[in-house]
Amino acid sequence: MAHLTPTPVLEPGQDRTMILNMGPQHPSTHGVLRVLLEIDGETVVRIMPDIGFLHTGIEKTCEAKFYQQVVPLTDRIDYLCPMTNNLCYVLAVEKLLGLEIPAKAQWMRVLMNELTRMNSHLVWLGTHALDIGAMTVFLYCFREREEILKIFEMISGQRMMTSYFRVGGIALEPPLGFFERVREFSGRFPSKVDEYENLLTGNPIWMMRTKGVARMTAEDAISLGASGPTLRGSGVDFDLRRDMPYSGYENFKFEVPVSQEGDVFARYMCRVRELRESNKIVRQALDGMPEGPIKADAPGIVLPDREKMKTQMEALIYHFKIITEGFAVPAGEVYQAVESPRGEMGYYIVSDGTAKPYRVHMRAACLANLQTLPKMCEGGLIADVVAAIGSIDIVLGEIDR
Amino acid sequence: MKLAAAITDLEQLKGHPAVARLLAWNPSAVVGVKFDRDEMSISVDGSNIREACALLRDDAKCDFTFLSDITCVDWYPAEPRFEVVYHLLSIAKKERVRLKVRLDSASPTVESLTALWPGANYFEREVFDLFGIRFTGHPYLRRLLMPEDWEGHPLRKDYPVEGYR
Repeated sequence: MAHLTPTPVLEPGQDRTMILNMGPQHPSTHGVLRVLLEIDGETVVRIMPDIGFLHTGIEKTCEAKFYQQVVPLTDRIDYLCPMTNNLCYVLAVEKLLGLEIPAKAQWMRVLMNELTRMNSHLVWLGTHALDIGAMTVFLYCFREREEILKIFEMISGQRMMTSYFRVGGIALEPPLGFFERVREFSGRFPSKVDEYENLLTGNPIWMMRTKGVARMTAEDAISLGASGPTLRGSGVDFDLRRDMPYSGYENFKFEVPVSQEGDVFARYMCRVRELRESNKIVRQALDGMPEGPIKADAPGIVLPDREKMKTQMEALIYHFKIITEGFAVPAGEVYQAVESPRGEMGYYIVSDGTAKPYRVHMRAACLANLQTLPKMCEGGLIADVVAAIGSIDIVLGEIDR
Repeated sequence: MKLAAAITDLEQLKGHPAVARLLAWNPSAVVGVKFDRDEMSISVDGSNIREACALLRDDAKCDFTFLSDITCVDWYPAEPRFEVVYHLLSIAKKERVRLKVRLDSASPTVESLTALWPGANYFEREVFDLFGIRFTGHPYLRRLLMPEDWEGHPLRKDYPVEGYR
């Protein structure tokens, strides 16, 4: 929130440009992004994003909580992909602890993560198309998203703020009928993606609005710290799931969609193809789901089962101790990154050996991706700013934290 | 799984390409090294951070072309108090390295990396905003998340969690 008093950069005697304020209530800014535009007629001369309207100090709050109490906070950073944030945080803490996670928990995490990616991409596709003027796609996307949210509700009791992962595993066994429901959904999902593509990919209006618009080269994308589809849309073939696998992603076969053009259409194609690839991973996870425990065998860290607490004194004691005093984590520091729907989501956690993290820092993919906006928009038209903002898929909760 | 002990002996770690490159350039720039939980950390003298990053970015053996993150840790009341942490990523080699710089509380100032990576801009502004670290050579060092007229730097350890009332 730096630009409370914007000063236009005008050369003396040259008053061709004016300052236009867009947001933070503008519907195409996906929340509370404010953008200051310096325009010359319809042409954008300079663009300055202004952020911080959603800053809640989550990093500071984390320092005052036990390790297990941070998990629900991570949901609220990027509210469109809660499970990705949960995963990144618990992986980082597990790395600090040196915990080994059972195979079933890992596969469940992959399954839920890919459903989350589909959920996030569906919201992106719907709102992005809505911004550019295609209303129908929004309704279609939210139809499928609703089913994913119902699946989330079934497994965790919550539609959005799931908090389903725990340090050492996952919270609950999936309920009866869960896998059948996911299988049924993933069976019909590819035909739904065909439906969206029929509406957009070959549509002349869509192509005119997106092809050749808001271009960015691969060198610019790397030097500006862009990641995820924003990076792959510019032709850089890098995906953390494949290249630096975590949580058992090395067991899955999938393509990493890359486009070379670096425009809005390229990023659109990357994400739409990712929808199909995510669905493939979901199918593989369903087919190969291993049997076994869902929590690591670490009594002082993982909460005991309810049933055991009724019969075993040790379980009751461990439960009481974890809830009241947390669990100590050996001193050290880790940086764990995962491929979130928006790019490289990273957690840097420093432990001083106590039950509360000394420092938790979230590397927000959107914050870095937002920096590409001037590169994309300067010299273009005002109307293309909306397309560019949509194409980098920002979530202000993650940017502002 | 038992945690392996952290390796902090420079002799054992000088085979790492990033450590080797920095030692070949200027042995006094490397203050300390740590290999812990499969992650490499190199502590660098504060005045050398920009050159060190440029070397690691441009050297073909290191190839750390991507700046993942910049953040800071406040070790209050210890001195030097602040530790600015840089995470570099090599897209080609699929490797990460962490560089660290310690700064004292009297003048927490370090050179900006915006000349090397324009993407350092927001990260450094965030660290300035929340910790009060000054980055020399930054093109626009103003608050990023907090309001412009805010007093204090909220992520410092001597700043209360519930804020000043």
